[in-house]
Amino acid sequence: MSANTHNFPVQFPLPMGPRVPARSRGPRPVSVERPAPPDTPKVGLSDICLSYRTEGGERLLALDRINLEVKPGEFVCIVGPSGCGKSTLLHLIAGLHQQTSGQVLVDGKPVQGAGTDRILIFQEHGLFPWLTVGQNVEFGMKMKGLGKAEREEKTRYYLRLVHLGKFQDSYIHQLSGGMRQRVAIARALATEPDVLLMDEPFAALDAQTRDLLHDELERIWNETGRTIIFVTHNVREAIRLGDRVVLLTFRPGRIKSEFPVDLPRPRHLEDVAVARAARQILDELREEINRSLEVEYNAGVKPHVKTGVEVGVEL
Amino acid sequence: MKRAARFFIFYAGLFGLWTLLAELKIWPPYLFPTPWGVGQALYAGFQDHTYWIAIRVSMQRVLIGYSISVVLGMILGLGIASNKFLEETMGGLLVSLQSLPSICWWPLALLWFGLNQNAILFVVVMGSLLSVTLAMEDGRKQMPKIFGMAGRNLGARGFKLFWYVMLPASLPFILSGLKQGWAFAWRSLITAEMLYLSLGLGQVLMMGRDLNDMSAVIAIMVLIVAIGFVVDGVIFKGMERRLQHRWGLTAA
Repeated sequence: MSANTHNFPVQFPLPMGPRVPARSRGPRPVSVERPAPPDTPKVGLSDICLSYRTEGGERLLALDRINLEVKPGEFVCIVGPSGCGKSTLLHLIAGLHQQTSGQVLVDGKPVQGAGTDRILIFQEHGLFPWLTVGQNVEFGMKMKGLGKAEREEKTRYYLRLVHLGKFQDSYIHQLSGGMRQRVAIARALATEPDVLLMDEPFAALDAQTRDLLHDELERIWNETGRTIIFVTHNVREAIRLGDRVVLLTFRPGRIKSEFPVDLPRPRHLEDVAVARAARQILDELREEINRSLEVEYNAGVKPHVKTGVEVGVEL
Repeated sequence: MKRAARFFIFYAGLFGLWTLLAELKIWPPYLFPTPWGVGQALYAGFQDHTYWIAIRVSMQRVLIGYSISVVLGMILGLGIASNKFLEETMGGLLVSLQSLPSICWWPLALLWFGLNQNAILFVVVMGSLLSVTLAMEDGRKQMPKIFGMAGRNLGARGFKLFWYVMLPASLPFILSGLKQGWAFAWRSLITAEMLYLSLGLGQVLMMGRDLNDMSAVIAIMVLIVAIGFVVDGVIFKGMERRLQHRWGLTAA
């Protein structure tokens, strides 16, 4: 298998079966009642398909039979060319959208809609500008119906965790981009989710801020032991952070290959080993980017892509 | 300071011109009263409590009517914004209904509710409901989708989602519509009150006409404008300032 050129074991079966259109597949029955055995994955995606109708009435398959298992406490990064449906996949896991077929399982149980056990962190932070930083962090706990004293204590705790203790009474517009993402992380953690879903959370930040936030996220992950599914188009970022990198294909999004990353932590974006691992993933990613460009130019022109920079992939 | 000076000069000039025209006695004083006469009418009106009662009655009505409009308008607007069928059918109807002056509902209101306060309230609601509905519909569409998603993700559902997320998130987009709705409500109220014995400001104004007391008429007109000014300047400006402070929007 070309995905496995660097001799890491592939932990999960890759979808290699014959392509079947989404319509013909029904949801698979899954037993719900029994308690999850100890080796049950935290998040399980089983045969997730998503198709939708375009403006022109054409039926488009966005995600095609995604099968993925994420262990408790694992940090999984999903990379792929833009338009491969990686953000959409996070929305499905969060329960904010409904897949066409297949199931999202958390602790072995199929999810029904949004739930505070899975919190999504958006690229554009999604913080509420009408609330202060503290009230934002408090929001999920307030919806849960937690008492005021408990909410205040936890708000202070999580704001300190992201080093924003002094900004409790500030409004969102008064913070920098990096601070906003840290508030978003604190707000997500405050609801004490099992799974953090991060949708290119650092893509809009400058390089220095991003480096700092990588360190902070790794530290928080170590301290809280949460399961993290992290979507990015930046391969090096994926290797910097992830226990495993999952590569999605372009339209329809399928899992092309998986790369376990067993480099020692903490890693750095500039590490030679990180760059070398990124190179291998990029070789595969480039095929997909070429395909995506072909579709976008849509005129039979086959652009020959040499560097990641040309296609918006940061090496 | 400069602004205050310009303000003062403008109003001093206006009053000067008014006094001059009145003192020249081109028209008889009962048709063209002096500012002094209007001031006296105001004083007398407040002295015998007529104006206090009128203001209280009118304010009460406009508050009830406007509140009904806001609640109904928000429900309608949200419904229209989130339902394609409603948007295509009712959306267009509401826009065309906006060209109808609210007082056109008066005859129907009289037949439906009788000659009482409910008929007035109905006209007030019909006057302001459309602005609020259209503002809410528009605000719901302009509001970034991310807020609704983040709210649902953090566990807000149903009424909580509306109250804690949708409403505050759309407020900057609907505030001007709410303001317009208030102005329409206030105007519809005064018009409706002029049409029958209603105790409100509108009726006191007509009473001035019946008594040929133009000082009283102008005094009430001044009151109507002043109340509109205060509500706009205190309540809506205050909300605007609060929003700008929180969202970090620059003052328009």
